[in-house]
Amino acid sequence: MTTAAATFDARAAARAWRPPPLISSPLWRYGIYLLALAYAVVALGTFEVNWTRAAEGMARGGRFLAAFFPPDFTSQWRDIQEGLLESLTMTITSTVFGIALSVPFALGASRNLAPLPVYLFCRGVIAVSRTFQEVIIAILFVAMFGFGPLAGMLTLAFSTIGFLGKLLAEDIEDIEKSQAEAVRATGASWFQLLAWGIQPQVLPRFIGLSAYRFDINFRESAVLGLVGAGGIGDTLNSSLDRYEFGTSAAILLIIIGIVLVCEYTSGWIRRRVQ
Amino acid sequence: MLVIEGLTKRYPTGDLALDSVSLTVPDGQVMAVIGPSGAGKSTLIRCVNRLVDPTAGSVRLGDTDLTKLGDLALRRARRRMGMIFQEYALVERLTVMENVLSGRLGYVGFWRSWLRRFPLKDVEEAFRLLNRVGLDHMVDKRADALSGGQRQRVGIVRALMQDPELLLVDEPTASLDPKTSRQIMRLIIELVRERGLAAIINIHDVLLAQQFAERIVGLRAGRIVFDGSADAMTPEVLTAIYGEDDWTATIRKADDEDDAGDGEAEAATDPVRIAAPQ
Repeated sequence: MTTAAATFDARAAARAWRPPPLISSPLWRYGIYLLALAYAVVALGTFEVNWTRAAEGMARGGRFLAAFFPPDFTSQWRDIQEGLLESLTMTITSTVFGIALSVPFALGASRNLAPLPVYLFCRGVIAVSRTFQEVIIAILFVAMFGFGPLAGMLTLAFSTIGFLGKLLAEDIEDIEKSQAEAVRATGASWFQLLAWGIQPQVLPRFIGLSAYRFDINFRESAVLGLVGAGGIGDTLNSSLDRYEFGTSAAILLIIIGIVLVCEYTSGWIRRRVQ
Repeated sequence: MLVIEGLTKRYPTGDLALDSVSLTVPDGQVMAVIGPSGAGKSTLIRCVNRLVDPTAGSVRLGDTDLTKLGDLALRRARRRMGMIFQEYALVERLTVMENVLSGRLGYVGFWRSWLRRFPLKDVEEAFRLLNRVGLDHMVDKRADALSGGQRQRVGIVRALMQDPELLLVDEPTASLDPKTSRQIMRLIIELVRERGLAAIINIHDVLLAQQFAERIVGLRAGRIVFDGSADAMTPEVLTAIYGEDDWTATIRKADDEDDAGDGEAEAATDPVRIAAPQ
C-alpha cells in the first residue's frame, strides 16, 4: 500500500485526466464534425432566397394578419358553436374508443406477455397507425364514409391505438418482473396476473397517457376539419374560404383557449396519479 | 414429500444452470441451499414451481409430477407451494392487505379477485397472520411505504396464505441488515415448524444456513457438491462449494452472539457449533 502510494502520483494523473469523448477515435470524431460542417455550408448554398419578393411578402403577410382583427365572435356564433360541439364530441368518443381498443393491442404488443405471432401482428397494427399522419388517414376515411365527424372520429380513434398502444406496451415491458413473478407463483390465472401483477404497475402511466391523448385528439380534431372530417376545423375552413377573417380569428382564439385548458388539466392529472 | 430427479436446465443462451440434480425433501424438513452466485440456486426452486421450465428431469410433489402439468393443473399445484422472494417482490402499489390476499388468487375466480371480494375466512386468516407477524396495524398501507423487514414479513404472510405444504424461499435476507435477517429467518423457521411445512431456502449466508436449517445442500455450477447435516460443514466442504479460501472464521461461531431481547421467539433448531480444525 505504502510502496504503491509512493510510486503512484495521483496529482499528475488527475491533471492528465480528461473525460472520455463520445467518439473515441479522433479520426472519426473530427471526420464527422468536418462532414457535418461541410454539409451545412453546402446546404445553405443551395437556398435560393428572393429577397425582394420576401420584402414584399412581409407587407402582404402583415395585411393578412391585420385582417384577423378584431376577432368576430358574434356574426357566425351559431356555426362556431356547432363546430365546437362537434369537435368535442369527436374528441371524447374517439378517445374512449381509442383507449378501449389500444389496451388489447398494448397487451398483444408486449413481448413479455404475448407469444411471437400475436406480438408481431399487434406491433404491425401499431406501426401502421403511427406511420400515417392523421390528415392522411382522415382523407382515406372521408373517402370511405363521406364528409363529416364520423370520419374524423374514426381517424382519431385509429391514431390513438398507435400512440397509446405503443407507449403502454413499452411500459408493460418495463415492469418489475419479480412482482409479476410473485403473482404467478401463487397460482394466479393469466387474467389475474394482468389485474394483480401488471395493472397496478402501469396504471398511473396509463391514466397520464390517456389524459395526454385526449388533449392531442382535440388539437387534431381542429386540423382534421380542413380535409372535411367535420368539427371546428370545418367551420374554420369555411370562414377562411369566405374571407371572414374576423370569425377565423375568433375560432383560433377559442381553440387556443381549449387546448390550454386541456393541457393544464392533463398535466394536473398526470401529476396527481404518480 | 418433494422428489427431484435428474433436473437439468439449459437456458436459451446456452448456460447450463442445473446439471442433473437429484434431491429428496421429506415432509417437514428445512433444507438450506448454499452456493456461489450463478450456481443455480434460484433456477432450482423456480424449476420446482415452474416459473422456469426445466429442460429435463422430473419434480414430484406428493403424487403429482409437476413437470408434466398443463396450465390449469399447474395453477392448482402452485397453490401448494408458497414462495418467498429476494427483494420481497410485493406489488408495490397495492396495499399490505391486497398483497397478502394475492396469496389466495389460485383459490378465487377472476371477478371475485378483481372486486377484492375474498371469502370472509380468507380475510380473517390474513388478519390472523398479519397480527402474528406484528403488522395488523398496517393493513391499508401501500407496500412501498414499508421498511425492508416489514415487506419481507408481508411476503412471508402472502406465501402462507396459500396454505402450502412446501415453502420455496429465495434469498430471503439478501437485502436486509444482519439483525433483521436473523429475525426474518427465525420467523420463517418458526412458522414452518408450527405448520409442519417442508422448506427449501436459498441463502448466501453460511452462518444463517447452519443456524436455521437441519440439512444443507451445496451447489456449484449446477451440481450438488455437498448434501449433509448442518454440523457436517467443514472448511473442506466450503472449499468444495465456493473454492479455495480461509473458511475457518466463516463456520466457527454459532449461537453465542444471538441478540437478546429483540422480541422474537427463539428458533426451534439447535444452533450448531463446529470446531474448525486449526
